[in-house]
Amino acid sequence: MSEISASETPSEEGARIIPISAARGTPPPGPSDATGPAGSVDERLAELLALLRRRIAGDYEVDEFGFDPELNDKVLLELIRPLYRHWFRVETLGVDNVPAETGALVVANHSGTLPVDALMMQVALHDEAHRAVRLLGADLVYQLPVLGHLSRKTGHTLASREDADRLLRKGELVGVFPEGFKGVGKPFSERYKLQRFGRGGFVTSAVRAGTPIVPCAIVGAEEIYPKIGDFSTLARLLGLPYLPITPFFPWLGPLGLIPLPSKWLIEFGEPIRTDQFDPEDADDPMLVFNLTDQVREAIQQQLDALRLRRGPAFPPFF
Amino acid sequence: MTHTVLVTGVSRHIGARVASALAADPGIGRVIGVDTVPPSSLTRDGGALLGRTEFVRIDLRTPDIAQVISAEDVDTVVHMSLVSEPAKSRSAMMEHNVIGTMQLLAACQRSAMVRRVVVRSTTAVYGSSPHAPAVFTEDTEPVDVPHSGYAKDAIEIEGYVRGFARRRSDVLTSTLRFANLMGPRVDSPLTRYFSQPALPTVFGFDPRLQFVHEDDVVEVMCRMAVEDRPGVFNVSGDGVLLLSQCVRRAGRTALPVPSPAFGVLGMLARTTGLVDFSPEQLALMSHGRVVDTTRLAATLAWKPKFTTAAAFDDFLQSRGMGADRTAALVDWLSGLATRR
Repeated sequence: MSEISASETPSEEGARIIPISAARGTPPPGPSDATGPAGSVDERLAELLALLRRRIAGDYEVDEFGFDPELNDKVLLELIRPLYRHWFRVETLGVDNVPAETGALVVANHSGTLPVDALMMQVALHDEAHRAVRLLGADLVYQLPVLGHLSRKTGHTLASREDADRLLRKGELVGVFPEGFKGVGKPFSERYKLQRFGRGGFVTSAVRAGTPIVPCAIVGAEEIYPKIGDFSTLARLLGLPYLPITPFFPWLGPLGLIPLPSKWLIEFGEPIRTDQFDPEDADDPMLVFNLTDQVREAIQQQLDALRLRRGPAFPPFF
Repeated sequence: MTHTVLVTGVSRHIGARVASALAADPGIGRVIGVDTVPPSSLTRDGGALLGRTEFVRIDLRTPDIAQVISAEDVDTVVHMSLVSEPAKSRSAMMEHNVIGTMQLLAACQRSAMVRRVVVRSTTAVYGSSPHAPAVFTEDTEPVDVPHSGYAKDAIEIEGYVRGFARRRSDVLTSTLRFANLMGPRVDSPLTRYFSQPALPTVFGFDPRLQFVHEDDVVEVMCRMAVEDRPGVFNVSGDGVLLLSQCVRRAGRTALPVPSPAFGVLGMLARTTGLVDFSPEQLALMSHGRVVDTTRLAATLAWKPKFTTAAAFDDFLQSRGMGADRTAALVDWLSGLATRR
């Protein structure tokens, strides 16, 4: 039966030449995806073996940023999807606001002590909008072993002007969290209060590329690891931006790393167009600050409305 | 019209191939090849004969080169003599690379005949860093400047070339930054690395690598030698391979080693003279490097014939390496599993 895998390889090859659209085109494989009749078990097994063969022979493509669509779709997203579906019960709204094919910049709030919200947004965009989002991450991630290369394989890259411009020019969907560590590491008492939006570098990139900015509000991430304190001296020694204290960490050890099962809502808002500006205007600080404020306002409003809509973070308890 | 081309570094494989390709071009009057040692390797090298190239033995670190350039009315200089690993010692390599280039450029500056200088450089000048953008264009400012070895030499050489271009603006200078060379006859630290039975990798890192096939290197150098294309250009095959992918394609086993230990291993390997694993190599093996080649494609209206993956496959084929055995094992297993 080796012909099966051999005959399947060429057809797979055709799909792999344009990996991103291939990832986009295929419907998201749900966890309870009962594909066809029972007779297809053999087919699925053959498919799995063909995948295994490609992986072992190194016969797949990654893009220049290190994005490996096959690994991302078939392995990495499968691993985090249960969190999205069952643990946080994420509901995604306003998917129509995400362009189906063209480039856009998704700007979201950042929270939760660990950047779980980024992963959940990635699953949301993959499963609901059928787009591979290219997130821009802090350089700390790329210095760390394991995390750095996994992050590249799942489509993320370094938050730098060059990378952002390049991805947007290629018509990719780029995701940024302009609050950065200020947002993700803020104390629980400041939950759902947007922090400062850096220097607005993301606006500059969007204006230069003429791509729309899609404001995105994520509600629920604030409650997963309520940060009530910080080992700031130890964090400085370790070169980390913060070392959180939560009601469960470090007191419960590794158990404290289990995120609390809050209820999540993710909403993509009305896109803010930037194509009426000249790409040269990207150097105008006034325009950049105004646009940055506009995006920030939009996200804060979305956040407040979404929080009301969600109600308690841990239904049915409180 | 190009009359007389001077090619440096003809005793090494790639320099010899460029010289012989230029010698085969009927549009070129004479090809003069220079190097510190006679091109002995050529006889057993097969195909890459120097043709009608006239060989002159010169120590590149001495001003003798000026005499050749003025006496033979050289109008095009193709500088291929960039050594990527120390033959004797690091300081000898630095002298060969940097002092050699200085002497050559000094000779060109004094010559009234030279009107085109083509210099081989490397994408190693960009370094490899977690703080750098994913893709380097020719104008990207390197974030972590490499401060040792081959890459440092290349940076200094490029600095001298820029200075020369400023002083002699009538001379067209082209600098070509090549990605890692790959091909059947390429002998570099990287090709030797991939020839080992087990490949030490840095634990937790999977760098993006790019290769350029030796045939494409020859073609680019030859075209630059006869066309007027001043500027700096990245040259690499299209596409990217991850190190893990290379290891799998080669049918080898990866041995992940924590990064400090990898450095120590590299030093040990260097002292035994097997492989040169300098600090830049460690950085490359951790963070990888990818360059943008649109400028070259737009300028020459040409793309390297070999993609990164094709260049690597050609190298593997020539060495009789490949993932056939592992693939056959999976096929056999899938045969077992699906038969029932």
